[in-house]
Amino acid sequence: MTSKSPSDKGIGARLPRKEDDRHLYGHGNFVGDIHMPGLQEVAFLRSPLAHARIKSVRFPDQYRGRIFTASDIETGIKPVRTPSGVPGMKFADYPALAVKKVRMVGEPIAMCVAPSRAEAEDLSELVVAELEELPAIVDAIEARRSGAPLVHEEFGDNLFLTTEVNTKFDEAAKDAPIVVKRELRLARQCMSPMEGKGSLGYWDRQAEQLVLYTSTQAPHIIRTALAEYLGIEEGVIRVIAPDVGGGFGGKSVLQPEELLIAWLALTRKQPVRWTEDRREHLIAAANAREHHYLMTAYADRRGRILALDAEITVNAGAYSAWPVSVALEALHAQSNLPGCYNIQGYRCRTFSVATNKAAVVPYRGVAKPGVGVAMELTLDAVAHAVGREPADVRLENLIPASAMPFNTITGGHYDSGDYPGCLRTAVNHIDLPAIRARQKAGETDGRLIGVGFSTYTETTALGTRVFVFLGWPFAPGLEQANLRITPDGGLEIRVGIQSHGQGSETTLSQVAYDVLGIDPARTKVVHGDTALTPYSTGTYDSRNMVMAGGAVALTARVLAERIRRIGAHLLQCRLEEAELQDGTVRGPRGQVSIREIASTSYYRPDQLPTDVDRGGLEATVGYKPKVDSGAIGCGAHAALVAVDPESGSVDILDYVIVEDCGTMVNPMIVEGQAYGGTAQGIGTALYEEMPYDAAGQPLASTLADYLLPGAPEMPPMRIVHMESPSPYTEYGIKGVGEAGTIGAPGAILGAINDALRPLGAEILETPATPRRVIDAIMRAKIRDAAA
Amino acid sequence: MKPAPFSYEKPGSLDLAIKSLAQTGSEARLLGGGQTLGPMLNLRLATPARIVDLGSVDSLRRIERRGTTLTIGAGVTHATIEDRSDPTPTGRLLSYVASTIAFRAIRNRGTIGGSLAHADPAADWVTVMRLLDARISLAGPSGVRRVQAREFFKGAFSTDLRPDEIIETIDIDELSDEARWGYYKICRKVGEFPEATGAIVLDPARRMARVIAGALEGPPVPLPDLAVAVARDGIAAAALAAVKRALESAVSGLSAVDLQIHAVAVRRAISQAIAP
Repeated sequence: MTSKSPSDKGIGARLPRKEDDRHLYGHGNFVGDIHMPGLQEVAFLRSPLAHARIKSVRFPDQYRGRIFTASDIETGIKPVRTPSGVPGMKFADYPALAVKKVRMVGEPIAMCVAPSRAEAEDLSELVVAELEELPAIVDAIEARRSGAPLVHEEFGDNLFLTTEVNTKFDEAAKDAPIVVKRELRLARQCMSPMEGKGSLGYWDRQAEQLVLYTSTQAPHIIRTALAEYLGIEEGVIRVIAPDVGGGFGGKSVLQPEELLIAWLALTRKQPVRWTEDRREHLIAAANAREHHYLMTAYADRRGRILALDAEITVNAGAYSAWPVSVALEALHAQSNLPGCYNIQGYRCRTFSVATNKAAVVPYRGVAKPGVGVAMELTLDAVAHAVGREPADVRLENLIPASAMPFNTITGGHYDSGDYPGCLRTAVNHIDLPAIRARQKAGETDGRLIGVGFSTYTETTALGTRVFVFLGWPFAPGLEQANLRITPDGGLEIRVGIQSHGQGSETTLSQVAYDVLGIDPARTKVVHGDTALTPYSTGTYDSRNMVMAGGAVALTARVLAERIRRIGAHLLQCRLEEAELQDGTVRGPRGQVSIREIASTSYYRPDQLPTDVDRGGLEATVGYKPKVDSGAIGCGAHAALVAVDPESGSVDILDYVIVEDCGTMVNPMIVEGQAYGGTAQGIGTALYEEMPYDAAGQPLASTLADYLLPGAPEMPPMRIVHMESPSPYTEYGIKGVGEAGTIGAPGAILGAINDALRPLGAEILETPATPRRVIDAIMRAKIRDAAA
Repeated sequence: MKPAPFSYEKPGSLDLAIKSLAQTGSEARLLGGGQTLGPMLNLRLATPARIVDLGSVDSLRRIERRGTTLTIGAGVTHATIEDRSDPTPTGRLLSYVASTIAFRAIRNRGTIGGSLAHADPAADWVTVMRLLDARISLAGPSGVRRVQAREFFKGAFSTDLRPDEIIETIDIDELSDEARWGYYKICRKVGEFPEATGAIVLDPARRMARVIAGALEGPPVPLPDLAVAVARDGIAAAALAAVKRALESAVSGLSAVDLQIHAVAVRRAISQAIAP
């Protein structure tokens, strides 16, 4: 009944991205590009101290109405107190402008408005904030100790949340002949999207609406948040995400600045804009990845992990971001630590700790990069303890393909995937035997070669249950797509997700093409605007392709059937004789194109059947997977590195990515996601770190100090695709996007440790900078000399 | 990250620029290529009342050779030096070093005078002008004075340049045709400032042996005893332990890891010169 398209433009096609033309030529439209008469710019006075009581905030009287502090927004903005259903969670207000205390360097204290950004910054220098400095707390382990300075005094401690799970741990750990312990930590990172955050608010007099252009991944939920915290109806608000230059999760939460710009536009009825500059991002948005792990693995003599004990400490920062709350990071770590590995017993305690840093926000991979490092390095240590090849020990522990679908020890459900197959493929492609031979021979330049492996799961499109359990203010349910065929046979797709680098304008067109046969070049994907699109919780958790893709498929099939009916009528044949193929309805005695059917439908209703569907050529259908516990992508990474033991520098010589995201809609885009995610994973492993001094000052305030991997830092990478379709989704599609960030850090650190093993040195933290490598080697020398 | 307000002037000659500086004094900043001052203005680390742009002072952009002295105008860009096809050891050293500065886009604008006046310890020209003991000409209201590189660099971001002076030229005594040099930087990333720099020049015809450690906390540090030992005994004198000892006696307060990194940079520069 429905068309089976050739693969040149449908699912599986390497269709060049429609978005790229405007972006490559700089013709995109970002918040910073918008021109509007009377538009004024905002700059914030941000706290120079990490922890202080606010004694007063003063500025010259003549600037009243141009400078705003917490007292000005008291009645207009309700304090954000992010809800959570997780038992034991402690709650505190997350102020838009600091009230009584500042709890992080960079916390906004005053908002200043002027005709230009430069003048707004001049204004901010006229604001005098009298601050009484308090001792700062930056280290999460220190913050857990009694007597540590309190970020929220009413907590009585610095624990937002503690959790504990224990599944068959004691019996599984009992009598394990091998016990291996490791302490690991990941540095704090900034997500560093190419475009910072930004919001432009204005009052639309015609629509009688507050309009907020904002660089966000989830316009509909921002609208919900604005309604809630400004105390106005959702109908009075329109949120538009224009082009968004990367989000990575940082833009999937409500920003205090969004609330403030919206409030300002609503009260002044004049357009105002704030754009985040790089310095603000580095100082006030260092909000990701900072975890500490205490791992204890109980194994048998073959290296099979019998039981795992973990203590995970998340440095959660000063506040709980909306809607994710601090709970997301720790709970996701707890649920996903075992990953692809089959553990019989599991005990895990998590601590979500308040510190004088930015509120933790989910960053591409969401805790899984961290658990990847912890798990892979622990497995390597177990392999070393039993004297076996680490890749073999992993194979010993991986959940086999025959076990799919698999219920995990943490209550998760893996739909499909051949984890051992992924790892074997990676091992073969990196040529492990050749590497071992090369290591024996040694390098003429004195460098040390090492190889590391990781396996990963990517838990995409997690469904309703997960978010209800977390107690989010909303949960995703049915994802809707609205499809409309235009009078000249083109297609408009309206979706509530927001494509900010995922290429959804292209891939959703490909899915529709697969059903309807309408050329993607004649398809417009409308997204980002709450006025034009169905409600959606947005783009996060790599859900676009599964959810919006599924909805597009279902809706397209509804339209396909209506088209076939009209076609059969126009061809004067029986319905069973009419078939839609490649955009044309064919019958026994002729054919009629979608274009002709559309123009008939809109312009010549006299020619339509009397029982024509009242929905016309427009439909909206909601979709969710058959089983919505997530479409679980998987894969393996292999990294070959050369470590210079004198300078500590690490070169990645070869890199293999084996990735399985189920049925691929656009392999070229999948590869782009793999490269990009891996680049960020390399950043985690080798470069990125926001250090703090004892007073809580972030020390890397420019890109000269906060090092991002660039093109010269990228190794040659080979991607091998495997496809294990999900049994639960349309076409077997799974999400993809975060895999690279999850797989890379563990593999790279493992490779470094493999290289350093002859020296007895081991790196157990990110990033593995040259200084840390040298330091590890020196400490090993001292230890050996003492022994 | 937008600058505080400033007035802007672009004089057409060095004399006019000097006059302008004399009027404004320390409230003025000179603009060379803008690759350092630009970001500083944006970060409001510099908030001068007046910017005097030297971009129209053509006399600062000449490169001349008189006898065995190479004279480079302060306004010459790194890219211009990089692109010179000068096959002499001096020319090749300068061209090579220039090519390692940041990225080409920055090199198209950044100037050697600007780099020396800013005196970031990690800057390439700071280390190399110290290596070559260049003479820096400073033009002011009362005329021109010349200062040797070893006197010019006083500390991190601190030079002998007075508020009313402008660097006019840099004079380099050219190396002989038999000279060998080495220059090695340890950078976290391509194009970034180095964590450690090693530089060496060996020119027996001019009885010159110099080893310099750069990218330290202050001005570049000469290691004269090491240089003599290397000139006499070759690479055998530059084992890592020996280089570390030389550094330790010349520089105080280096951690074990810092000492390692700086020693490796110096040793690898020496290797380059001796066994290219």
